[in-house]
Amino acid sequence: MATQSITVTINGEAKSAEVEDRLLLVHLIRDNCGLTGTHIGCDTTHCGACTVLLDGTAVKSCTVFAVQANGREVTTIEGMEGEALHPLQEGFMEEHGLQCGFCTPGMIMSSKHLLDKNPNPTEEEIRWGISGNLCRCTGYLNIVKAVQYASNKLQETPTE
Amino acid sequence: MIPGSFDYHSPASLEEALKLLNNLGDDAKILAGGHSLIPMMKLRLVEPVHLIDINGLSNLDFIKEDNGYLCIGAMTREASLETSELIAEKYPILKDTSQVIADPLVRNLATVGGNIAHGDPANDHPATMVAMDAEVVINGPSGLVTSGERTLSINKFFKGPLMTDLADNEILTEIRIPFPSGKSGAAYKKLERKVGDFAIAGAASALHFDGDTCSKAGIGLTNVGPTPIRATEAQDALVGTSVSLEDADKAGELAAAASQPVGDHRGSEDYKRAVVKTLTSRAIMKAKERAEGGN
Repeated sequence: MATQSITVTINGEAKSAEVEDRLLLVHLIRDNCGLTGTHIGCDTTHCGACTVLLDGTAVKSCTVFAVQANGREVTTIEGMEGEALHPLQEGFMEEHGLQCGFCTPGMIMSSKHLLDKNPNPTEEEIRWGISGNLCRCTGYLNIVKAVQYASNKLQETPTE
Repeated sequence: MIPGSFDYHSPASLEEALKLLNNLGDDAKILAGGHSLIPMMKLRLVEPVHLIDINGLSNLDFIKEDNGYLCIGAMTREASLETSELIAEKYPILKDTSQVIADPLVRNLATVGGNIAHGDPANDHPATMVAMDAEVVINGPSGLVTSGERTLSINKFFKGPLMTDLADNEILTEIRIPFPSGKSGAAYKKLERKVGDFAIAGAASALHFDGDTCSKAGIGLTNVGPTPIRATEAQDALVGTSVSLEDADKAGELAAAASQPVGDHRGSEDYKRAVVKTLTSRAIMKAKERAEGGN
């Protein structure tokens, strides 16, 4: 059984672990680090529930090996909240952007990547931006509103 | 789903990667974006003993014009192609293509080289590269191939489903597309059931004009055969015409006849042929519009 020693900075905190080469990043996050906000949905690279930021880029953590994150920074949903909720988290609450909530962590991480690249997206750009994330409850309408809410709020207070 | 066990290697240079690959042979697979390979490993459809991760080879991540070619490094992410200003301005067919591959999260990691080297006829770049007369640059261990590098026409690259001309000890490192000369335009059209799915069918068209007359045409088809298909009769039918809608429809019919679709959950054989006809015609008309200055 091949293993590697890796150090991954997760939500600002360096975590070292001896992991099997085949361990998926999502399992490192959930099982080794106990950060269960990142969900496993389809496990086949379709649904986006496991989306995290890897060096600021949104990726499906079920389709990246933990060893590939060695020496890099990972941000999960748990890393979004500062002193207050992140405007995206607030937006999902205010605009009822979730029902069962299973897709929400992934939706928020994808939306974070989108707004980092494009702070003022059109509705169409938001819909394309979250097109790698599936929601089976909301019909997406309120998710789009939640992202618009966050976009507006972040632009009012550019330093967050 | 957990992939089978393997030994992970992350070489720091192409030379090191090639040495590893040469030593480990067909027990090893190259890990680029991993968005075809890792899902297949999780399903245990592939169980490599060694995985050679080339994500550290940042010198294979580039989009540049050089010596008459648009050169794309094999490790260039689809998202980079999708957002490149050079691509949007001068090679919009590549933007057409990259922006319909899988979904935005996949495109953040998936690579152009991987999309081609995987040899999947359902992938989108192969048809585009066929239409554009691309060449692929392949590196092997020096000594086996003179200088360790060879360049191959895309026409000779695809051998069958998931089979390419790449030897076990070779890595696809770059894709080169000849500069479109004079009045020319190209476009890619894909029909998919939903974002993230493979194409029901796709059609790429690249046209060159001498005045108002088509002097050269390239047409490639996605997911309607064991490899990407070059619709040669459709190409020939366009040359010498002014590419009217009627000409484009006729070429679409010839492309549909050249396609070899298999009926499945994405549609029957007849339906897919009808889709090929329509998409080919639309790709041709869009390519013409671009040749005339549209975008």
